[in-house]
Amino acid sequence: MAKTIMTVDDSTSVRQMVKFTLSGAGYDVVEAVDGRDALAKLQNTHVDMMITDLNMPNLDGIGLIRAVRSDTSHKFMPIIMLTTESQDTKKQDGKAAGATGWIVKPFKPEQLLGVLKKVLG
Amino acid sequence: MDNAKEIFREEAYELLEELSSTLLELEQQPDDLDLVGKAFRALHTIKGSGAMFGFDELAGFVHDIETVFDRIRDGGLQVTKKIIDLTLASCDVIKSMVSPDGEGFNAELQKQISEQFALMAEEKADTGDEESSPEEGTENAESEKPLTTHRIRFRPEKDLFLSGTNPLLLLNELRDLGDCSITGQTDEIPPFAEMDPENCYTYWDIIITTDRGMAAIKDVFIFIEDGCNLEIDTIKPETEDGAESKKLGEILVERGDVTPQTLDHALGAQKKIGEVLVETGTVGVGIVASALAEQEHVKRVQGERKQFEVSSSIRVAAGKVDTLVDLVGEMVTVQARLTQTAAREKNPELTMIAEEVERLTAELRDNTMSIRMLPIGTTFSKFKRVVRDLSAELGKDVALITEGAETELDKTVIERLGDPLMHLIRNCIDHGIEPPEAREAAGKPRQGTIYLSASHSGAHVVIQIDDDGAGMNTEAIRGRAIERDLIKPDAVLSDKEIFELVFAPGFSTAQKVTSVSGRGVGMDVVRQNIDALRGTIDISSDKSKGTTVTLKLPLTLAIIDGLLVQVASSYYVLPLSIVEECIELSREDIEEMHGKQVAKVRGELVPYVCLREHFSLDGSRPSLEQIAICELDDQRVGFVVDSVIGGHQTVIKNLGKMYRNIDGLSGATILGDGTVALILDPGKLAQQVEQQVAVA
Repeated sequence: MAKTIMTVDDSTSVRQMVKFTLSGAGYDVVEAVDGRDALAKLQNTHVDMMITDLNMPNLDGIGLIRAVRSDTSHKFMPIIMLTTESQDTKKQDGKAAGATGWIVKPFKPEQLLGVLKKVLG
Repeated sequence: MDNAKEIFREEAYELLEELSSTLLELEQQPDDLDLVGKAFRALHTIKGSGAMFGFDELAGFVHDIETVFDRIRDGGLQVTKKIIDLTLASCDVIKSMVSPDGEGFNAELQKQISEQFALMAEEKADTGDEESSPEEGTENAESEKPLTTHRIRFRPEKDLFLSGTNPLLLLNELRDLGDCSITGQTDEIPPFAEMDPENCYTYWDIIITTDRGMAAIKDVFIFIEDGCNLEIDTIKPETEDGAESKKLGEILVERGDVTPQTLDHALGAQKKIGEVLVETGTVGVGIVASALAEQEHVKRVQGERKQFEVSSSIRVAAGKVDTLVDLVGEMVTVQARLTQTAAREKNPELTMIAEEVERLTAELRDNTMSIRMLPIGTTFSKFKRVVRDLSAELGKDVALITEGAETELDKTVIERLGDPLMHLIRNCIDHGIEPPEAREAAGKPRQGTIYLSASHSGAHVVIQIDDDGAGMNTEAIRGRAIERDLIKPDAVLSDKEIFELVFAPGFSTAQKVTSVSGRGVGMDVVRQNIDALRGTIDISSDKSKGTTVTLKLPLTLAIIDGLLVQVASSYYVLPLSIVEECIELSREDIEEMHGKQVAKVRGELVPYVCLREHFSLDGSRPSLEQIAICELDDQRVGFVVDSVIGGHQTVIKNLGKMYRNIDGLSGATILGDGTVALILDPGKLAQQVEQQVAVA
């Protein structure tokens, strides 16, 4: 069965890009526009992995990761955060919150798939 | 992707709108950090998405602006009118850069703004941390690097799983990098009652051989580099190829699992070092297992490397190899002379040298011969095509199955085998395999099968061509033979003898001549070819079940091991591979059998051929003769000689034109003293004698 990946980003283009790449590689993709939307969708959708931006309105990436990790059913789910090179402190925060790994923006489709293989198999 | 670009463009316009209004607000309330954050986010998204959709120039341009806002957010800079003005101006530049046709793009303006922001961003650039993405590191590591072996101990923190990390995936990733030996260490798993199933207690010892370098290995663990204890050492390659692999103890000390003192102590116990260390509780079983795995791994990798070197080959012109074989032949002859001289001189020192030379020559001979050996498969593959084309032409459905394509034969033999084999296979398709309808009527599958196999049998290679066709019609052959006056109408012949008839020149039972066969210039030529190769051909057939043709060929045509015998003053060589034993034949033995040419060997009667009589040599038979008993196909035949001299490396020389076709002789060889010895063909000799007896 195809694995489902949730992409959380307030930027439509980034979500499009992630969806385009992942669907091409045979994954199912669920989109969420921010942390709050992501949490709501997690309640009734099975998700194998999450790719989230850090800077988002309503609920940001760090907050989302913390919330997801505190939910027992998603305790061990791989979470990848999208960061930029100027956000090293955010990266540390994200890891502390329980992110599995990160991808530095901008990234190429191959890099995204490489990281996916690393954390999702 | 164009569609995606369009989406980005729309999004960028929106973001720029938002950014403009935020900036205007910010101008009024320069201390509102929320507004700064909003502006930063907009810039950040434009940059990040832009780069992903190929707007690299745009990303570079926005980068410095973003940095400035980041610093404002951190309190490192104050919002000034200049910043607001410049950012607003850059909004227009960005807009023009994003637009499909670059409408209104002002390169000069862009450059100015860029410089200004760069200046501001650089004021305290030391905080700007340039972090490279993990994937970049991997890319750099792709360049050619020598194969190195690393020892990794990967000990994750207990809460590894809480970050959603699956360590097994990381190990799999390592496996992708190169040859890996992984040992899981379980000695830290607590008793069941104390165990928290959500914790990771296992750690791993990994030995990996890769050409990707240390950086690639570190990249594998990049997400958890501060969530685990990672030790990576490079195992130094053994300096010399032949050097022994590292001892278990050495590996353990190198890893720091055991101190040298403990090792010395354990070594004193005269037991397997690993057992001792485990027994004394110095290290766990797992630790020793992993050290052993390392030993094994390094050994294997080195073995592979060596194998790689060995398996490399060179191409040499066939002519050179032929010359080499000729030279070895000469060498063998000279060596025989040396051995003979040494034996005559009775000089121990010379004898020793002669023996040494003999041993070396034999090795040299075998090696040279093996160079000439080729797998027969090259010939086989040629036939697949022939079978396909021919069966189509004749409206038959035939499959060719080959076996033993890797069987090696002397190059010359293979070359000269092609034509006879081709002929036999054509015969199978034309005469053997019936048309599909006839096959169905006979209850056989529509598709006929020809089975071509090669295998070794002593100093010979046996090639069999088997078909499941109609078999040979003994009546038809018989009728034709009588017609052609080959046999008398009342002759009683065994099946085997009847099959022999097809080798008669010009013999054919085909009703009409086809393009394939029927002209009768067939089997006799095949036999001649096989004879020339000193091989034998044998046919067996079952009516309606099929025919089997068996070819038996010598491995090589150049040098064989022979048994040198003497009759009167002449020397002869028997191929050693078929000689079973040599026994004595006394006058009494002959009398016992009443002059019949049969010897009793351990209760069994073995017919013999007296070579002195057969070759009409002068002189009388000595009172004690020798019989060399040879295994011929399915029976044993003895050859009576005056004396057996012994083994002889026989370089086969062809006989001259006049003598080439004499049955019973397959060539000649030159002995150490220059005398010529004839090489006998025992099979032919026996046949000849049989016929003579039958005629008499």
